[in-house]
Amino acid sequence: MKHIDEYRDSALVRPLVDELKNSLTRPVRLMEVCGTHTMSIFRSGIRTILPEGMEIVSGPGCPVCVTSASHMDVFIQMAELDHVRVAIFGDLFRVPGSNGSLANASSRGAKVDVVYSPMDGLELARKNPDDLVVFLGVGFETTTPGIGATILAAAREDIDNFCVFSTHKVIPGPLEALMGDPELKINALLCPGHVSAIIGAGAYQPLVDKFGLACVVAGFEPADLLKGLILLARQVSSGKPQVENIYPRVVSWEGNRRAQAMLEEIFEPVDMEWRGLGMLPRSGLAIRDKYARFDAEKRLDITVIKVEEPKGCLCGAILKGRNTPPECPLFKSRCTPAMPIGPCMVSSEGTCAAYYKYGQDS
Amino acid sequence: MCLAVPMKVEQVEGNPEDFTSEQLATVNLDGISKKVRLDVVDRWPEVGDYVIVHAGFAIHSLVEEEAKKNIELIKELASHMPEELLLGGDGS
Repeated sequence: MKHIDEYRDSALVRPLVDELKNSLTRPVRLMEVCGTHTMSIFRSGIRTILPEGMEIVSGPGCPVCVTSASHMDVFIQMAELDHVRVAIFGDLFRVPGSNGSLANASSRGAKVDVVYSPMDGLELARKNPDDLVVFLGVGFETTTPGIGATILAAAREDIDNFCVFSTHKVIPGPLEALMGDPELKINALLCPGHVSAIIGAGAYQPLVDKFGLACVVAGFEPADLLKGLILLARQVSSGKPQVENIYPRVVSWEGNRRAQAMLEEIFEPVDMEWRGLGMLPRSGLAIRDKYARFDAEKRLDITVIKVEEPKGCLCGAILKGRNTPPECPLFKSRCTPAMPIGPCMVSSEGTCAAYYKYGQDS
Repeated sequence: MCLAVPMKVEQVEGNPEDFTSEQLATVNLDGISKKVRLDVVDRWPEVGDYVIVHAGFAIHSLVEEEAKKNIELIKELASHMPEELLLGGDGS
């Protein structure tokens, strides 16, 4: 790949690659949990220059990928109600539930609108007074404050035909659950960039204290990423784990207080099902009773029924960092970006899609 | 998905202290002007600052110098991604 050649030859990057090699005196198995990091690591070719003893594993950092089949089924069930119009982020359209996707439902006549912002969902409600517009809330701490603000706007304008089905998820708790799994043997974490802008770098300190995990918050450029890897290697080698932040132009220790206040106002912690990780305590955000009229789960009296993931699909194990996509029997055979079976192949930031696009060795 | 794009602030409307006011910024990226919400931005921006925008909401304010670094990166990433992903928000 041309880009990789340029990257390897770059005068900026070469000293960093040498430094990475020199910093690594103990094996590092690091996890990244951010779709943009997944893509950036592949695209920049960083995997090809990793020194022996360093391994990068993709974790559950793509919100579409961790949306369970049970939730997809509920989304489809709602979309097929006569008086309901669902508003979604585009990546969700083709994610399969236990029996088809929203794309299939749409072709059968269900009203499914792809929107850019949750505020566009509110606009749909204004324009379609006879429909109940249900925004399908999927996302981590980066996305959820905007959805909270949209609910506040609906309350302010007294728009009654708008509500949100919240499957919002939080990052730190589930990471703690993952790191507690001794089989994973992760000793370093590349912390997600924009989630950290909201929750702050300080949110990872418990992982350092509890598991001795090396943590670095890094940006997305190849040089940023390499610097992150060097710092993680140094932390592991010195046996002195801590939280280091090399993305300070966007991420502070405390995070975005206004967004945090918005989350606190609208949402409360709830147990949530993650694809691959199962039900994790207090890992999700539900809409508070105070805003119950904007909660689709209450408005439509919907019950989520647990369903099995597609047979043979390894997305669950891949999201936990236990397997890589080429180890999945469906990868590149029955499961491709054109005909995805699992969510990690649907989302462009999913690990399977990244492996498919850039090849396992690149 | 997680792509959050820095855009230059041309105009600011609303009152940072008043959640009932329409908190909006008109922003510009490569000549394309659009309105983004300021409801959850960390620091109320001034005209000439940049904001990082995710799914129609500014989540972070940057001064110009900080932002230019990010924009170059996003453009590079963008040249390898389908357009709907860049403009389309989604979950993260």
